[in-house]
Amino acid sequence: MQAVAFWILAVAAAGSGAAVFAVDSMARATFALLASFLCVGVELLLLDLRYLGVLVVLMMIMEMLVMAVFMIMYMMNPGGLMPMTMVHNHRWAIGISAAVFAALAAGILLIPWPKRQGTVPRDPAFSLGQAIMGPKMLVMMVVGIAILATMIASVVLATGRGRYDRSPGREDGAK
Amino acid sequence: MSETTPAWTVVALPLVLAGLAYSAAAMDAGLRSGGGIAAPLREGVRLIVQQRRRMHAADMLLVRAGVLSLPVAAVLAAAVIPLGRTAVWDLRVGVVWFNAMEVVAWASLWLAGWGVNSAFPLVGGYRLVAQGLAYELPHMFALITAALGAGSLDFGEVAAAQHGLWFAVWMPVAFAVYLLSALAMAFWGPMGHPLADDLAGGAAAELSGPDRLVFFAGRSALLTVAAAAAVPLFLGGASGPWLPGWAWSLVKTYAVLALLVWVRGRFPVLRMDRFMAAAWLVLIPAALLQALVVGIVVLT
Amino acid sequence: MSLDAFLLLAAALFSVGLYGALSQQSIVMLMMGLELMINALLVAGGAFWFYVAPGTADGQVLVLVAVTVMALEMAMGFAVVTALLRARDVDTTDDAGDLKG
Repeated sequence: MQAVAFWILAVAAAGSGAAVFAVDSMARATFALLASFLCVGVELLLLDLRYLGVLVVLMMIMEMLVMAVFMIMYMMNPGGLMPMTMVHNHRWAIGISAAVFAALAAGILLIPWPKRQGTVPRDPAFSLGQAIMGPKMLVMMVVGIAILATMIASVVLATGRGRYDRSPGREDGAK
Repeated sequence: MSETTPAWTVVALPLVLAGLAYSAAAMDAGLRSGGGIAAPLREGVRLIVQQRRRMHAADMLLVRAGVLSLPVAAVLAAAVIPLGRTAVWDLRVGVVWFNAMEVVAWASLWLAGWGVNSAFPLVGGYRLVAQGLAYELPHMFALITAALGAGSLDFGEVAAAQHGLWFAVWMPVAFAVYLLSALAMAFWGPMGHPLADDLAGGAAAELSGPDRLVFFAGRSALLTVAAAAAVPLFLGGASGPWLPGWAWSLVKTYAVLALLVWVRGRFPVLRMDRFMAAAWLVLIPAALLQALVVGIVVLT
Repeated sequence: MSLDAFLLLAAALFSVGLYGALSQQSIVMLMMGLELMINALLVAGGAFWFYVAPGTADGQVLVLVAVTVMALEMAMGFAVVTALLRARDVDTTDDAGDLKG
């Protein structure tokens, strides 16, 4: 039952991932990517990672909605009403990624993976919380600072106005 | 919490949800247009037999996905909410799951608005994304506050932690924020800007026939689920004198639902850019302070 | 279900994402390729945690970091595209070749 679910979801995840680069419509591409993420989220649920699986589902829906807005904003032909392709190095890209997959698959099947150590805790989310608030706290702090830095940097990059420019609607120094 | 729930509950869950959602629609019809208890039924039959109209070059795959995902998300969210003491799906991180399913409404509305290939629905879809970004953070903090008070992400345990004092009493800010975002997640009443009249119906303007029926049924179901989740989160869950647990769950759900339905006719629609400013400048700090207070109380 | 199966899924997602990152001209599409590659990391991290070391939470922490990186990558990517579009009205990698350091 679980194995069947795993394989169906795996094929769906990889298939919708490939569909991202095959469909013409940008809206469809974004939601194909979302479908791939949702399949991966449910795969994590199969691994007993309830919290992380649901977190992936939650975050990816929001993220892809924001992504859809930008996709539509920046891409020419977002509706995909006229077929067009925008690729370079097509053959090389296919060749390289196929070779990478072959190498990875060979490694996966040939390497003797270590035996399982320890048992799955009753509540993995609880052990995760204890880890990031205890021995792994540095990770959490770095992540927090990285998020803050990204927020500042992306606003600085994306804004069209400088420090002393005012929005056109205001009297004190329209741009 | 019992580990296994009987199989019939899986069938019963959508039926109970449909019943509650229908009564929400009937209450709304009664309050707003004076229609009787059969008004939503009449409207539903009218929509089923109505001929579909569609725009040129509409992306029907995306429209169908958007419309169908609304009721599906509502049912999936309802699966983790306990009726009485047990939920259909004992996930243990039910609060996060509920949050994830309610975010699906963003995707539903955007897909339905984009797919029909018409200007007003598209604007409506974008409005919900903006409104979602405004309400989601205070909403998450409200959920986290309740979970923090109980020390668990499970609806059942959150409800069980309130045997002495309801969370609504000692976390009033979180409760108020939750009710506001419950309106927003079902784009209902004051938060109905994505479907507002100034856009001739917004994201739903071009939906017709069965599509429209499923869309609005899904929206009623979402509102119902939002009201039902408030019960274990803030209103003590199934606890109450004399009546059995499931009855108390239903009574409290109805009370919240009636409040939400009443609000729709009572307050004007908020413009989402104004709501955005209020949400980020007032609601987020207020919700954070509430979480801080609860955190201090939990620690001491 | 076994570790091999999960890792194969991760490898497939990684390769598809790599193809997208290498072949797409539009920066936004390229970022979708990168997201797919990080997606593969989620699967691999979760699988390693479950099948190799479920006793410690290291694998879970890795997945958490990967999820964060995904969001940050997207935010920065869109900020760069926005800046690029404002400055010279392009959104493809070929027109931004002079950005390489």
